[in-house]
Amino acid sequence: MKINRSNIIISLYILFLMVPIYWLLNMSLKTNQEILSGFSLWPQDLTFDNYITIFTDPSWYDGYINSITYVVMNTVISVAVALPAAYAFSRYRFLGDKHLFFWLLTNRMAPPAVFALPFFQLYSSVGLFDTHIAVALAHTLFNVPLAVWILEGFMSGVPKEIDETAYVDGYSFPRFFTKIFMPLIASGIGVVAFFCFMFSWVELLISRTLTSVDAKSIAATMTRTVSASGLDWGVLAAAGVLTIIPGALVIYFVRNHIARGFALGRV
Amino acid sequence: MAKITLRKLAHTYEGSKEQALKPLNHVWEDGAAYALLGPSGCGKSTLLNIISGLLEPSEGQILFDDQDVTASGTVERNIAQVFQFPVVYDTMTVGENLAFPLKNRGMDQDKIEKRVTEIAKMIDLSEQLDSRASGLSADLQQKISLGRGMVREDVNAILFDEPLTVIDPAMKTDLRIQLKELHHEFGHTMIYVTHDQTEALTFADQVVVMNQGEVLQIGTPTELFERPAHTFVGHFIGSPGMNIVEGKLVNNHIIINDTLCNILSGYDDVDNAQIGIRPEYCALSASEGLPITINRVEDLGKHKVVRAIYEKSDINIILREGEEIEADMNHVVFDSEKIGIFKNDWRVEHD
Amino acid sequence: MTKPINQRAWFLVLPVLILVAFSAVIPLMTVVNYAFQDSFGNNEFFWVGFEWFEEILRSERVHDALGRQILFTLIILVIEIPLGVFVALHMPRKSGTWTSICLVLLALPLLIPWNVVGTIWQIFGRVDIGLLGYILSSLGFDYNYTQDSFDAWVTIIIMDVWHWTSLVVLLSYAGLRSIPDAYYQAAKIDQASRWSIFRHIELPKMKNVLLIAILLRFMDSFMIYTEPFVVTGGGPGNATTFLSIDLVKMAIGQFDLGPAAAFSIIYFLVILLVCWVFYTVMMNTGKVDG
Repeated sequence: MKINRSNIIISLYILFLMVPIYWLLNMSLKTNQEILSGFSLWPQDLTFDNYITIFTDPSWYDGYINSITYVVMNTVISVAVALPAAYAFSRYRFLGDKHLFFWLLTNRMAPPAVFALPFFQLYSSVGLFDTHIAVALAHTLFNVPLAVWILEGFMSGVPKEIDETAYVDGYSFPRFFTKIFMPLIASGIGVVAFFCFMFSWVELLISRTLTSVDAKSIAATMTRTVSASGLDWGVLAAAGVLTIIPGALVIYFVRNHIARGFALGRV
Repeated sequence: MAKITLRKLAHTYEGSKEQALKPLNHVWEDGAAYALLGPSGCGKSTLLNIISGLLEPSEGQILFDDQDVTASGTVERNIAQVFQFPVVYDTMTVGENLAFPLKNRGMDQDKIEKRVTEIAKMIDLSEQLDSRASGLSADLQQKISLGRGMVREDVNAILFDEPLTVIDPAMKTDLRIQLKELHHEFGHTMIYVTHDQTEALTFADQVVVMNQGEVLQIGTPTELFERPAHTFVGHFIGSPGMNIVEGKLVNNHIIINDTLCNILSGYDDVDNAQIGIRPEYCALSASEGLPITINRVEDLGKHKVVRAIYEKSDINIILREGEEIEADMNHVVFDSEKIGIFKNDWRVEHD
Repeated sequence: MTKPINQRAWFLVLPVLILVAFSAVIPLMTVVNYAFQDSFGNNEFFWVGFEWFEEILRSERVHDALGRQILFTLIILVIEIPLGVFVALHMPRKSGTWTSICLVLLALPLLIPWNVVGTIWQIFGRVDIGLLGYILSSLGFDYNYTQDSFDAWVTIIIMDVWHWTSLVVLLSYAGLRSIPDAYYQAAKIDQASRWSIFRHIELPKMKNVLLIAILLRFMDSFMIYTEPFVVTGGGPGNATTFLSIDLVKMAIGQFDLGPAAAFSIIYFLVILLVCWVFYTVMMNTGKVDG
């Protein structure tokens, strides 16, 4: 690595990104007393109490379990329904296909705030309020359009001759799709799963509106703690740090596809 | 314009153990047209990029006239280069594309315009001068790239990196002829990289044949054909390539598996010799020479190619117009004048 | 590529259709229902026509929120798009460990839950315990985002830049990576200036991804809710009450279902309109470049 202007600019930018995160980490390792009594760049009195609180108190760690549960459910549902639809859009023309595609995309453009209340009423009326599946289904509204769009991009990059050859060789559609086609767009599926994970994991408004106790997400737990117990900064910071970890792990696994993935497979 | 001298030039890519380019000394004469010929991955593009200054060699020097330019960039070397795939500036018109290198060098507007018109006429793009470059076909885009390479009059050399790859076969010949004419007209030093022997042999005065990072021979098309310096050159050039048979040379007698084939003169004895003979200089016979098995005969219209096998070596024989094969012709004879003797793949010279 | 017409493809689309219909059409119908009706409780509704729409369109509160929203979106687009492109231009061009590290660190803010982003900046900007607030106040600035509207805006804008510029960087970087080396080499030989390279090679190749970036940043910033909600709660006063915050206040806070529903529909339509324009532009430029 040479020291040149570009590297300096990148390093400065990354520093700008990292400092606030460092500050959160710093606070999570301090006692509340130290946080409020003085200002220091690193913990003077290093403590893991905040983390211990989270790992021993079910009202905290249940939040993580609930969040991860509905995120995984959402990812599985979104990918499963988006795959055949994306295939249809990338390979065939059919009545109303363009309108349908655009209509799907419009859902991604819907402000979650618009849907918060109707979702609450809908899922209450079908008895799904405060369940994981309710949040998972609600999030599919925002994830599926994107999933279809990204997958369509990746699938259009696979030559049609491959489909034809497989049919000539006597593969049935389901077998062709799972054995031949899906491995070819594996990186696209990875990117989609990443996006579904990302949106579902970071979203607050809907997950908070649709849950109260049993399926309460970590995000909701955090915002409610602030209003209820006031200023337990240390625990709040620790909870924040712990929410960053799954994201960081996921990025690490898809790091070689990040750039193309964020371009939605359109480059 | 300048004479380009390579001194002990070699290159190894970072992180690679093998030399992409083996040590090389050569002088590219001012105003000549050269072709760098070899299969894919033989190091010819590496050599070209070193000459153009896009790549700094790990060893050796490169001189333009008598000035060492090893460390200088592309701009200081004042060369032009045309790449394998069309490089056009999408935002500009064809004319602006052609004018771009001149404009960047601060030439005045009138001169630019005159020059662009001239070049456009030569590459047959006069009518498209005002259309957007991005909308054109790959053929035309590559013509723009060629034009941009040629537009500057004062360049030291113009380098071509397989420029006709994307061009339609029918257009290739046209463009090659145009290039050749341009060379005559302007007298720039031109270096043309290709893996296509026809392109190389028709374009260049001197052809440099490379394989596996090594320059095997530099010569005129005739020299490469008649006196290849290495079995690879013999094989790579010509269609089909030179026949190579293992044998030995004792007292100027070529002996292949105890069969006496030809008698030459002026050679020292060679134990493990490779006998090279072009298909054009072989003939079928009923009794003399090496016994062969004929697999098939290809009729190419102008001539016929006989595909045969001797022991484990392929032997190809070209029959001239009117020559016929008779049923009992299952031997091959070589023309003594045209035989080349190789040892460890390199040509053995004689008195 | 011409695609064959096959109406049976509908079967492949069916699962998506059912799912999205369930989670989009039914809720939207509820919204539309509310928008045209009023209720005094007890589930008795009566038709009010466009009354709610008129109320919303005349409401000063909504006008203010819309004004703030447009200003906010414009500011962050003006900052994030050029900054993102600038950073992307300085990303290492070759892949390697350093590039991977850069990419992972760049993407990190995008994967942090939005409320945690809010929390991070809520803490970071505080004068007593936050690094930013502490430094600013010790430099003599009278900085306090909970009291001063301007400070609140600055904090939220910096937060959004911190949070989302990476998306623009990653998109632009993907666009830049797709440019073959030969273009840069040719430009060098043509003695193109750095600006010319950007203007005539990099920008045209980035055009499509940049459109996506602008579209996504427009949409998401126009719907922003969680981060400012956590940092300022829409305050001080209503200084950082953007459309979504206002809508949630109206719908869930005050339970003004009728106006909130009319508000939702207008809100959605505005975003849809802008996105439709973008979409059309995008698809058309895509066609021209083939």
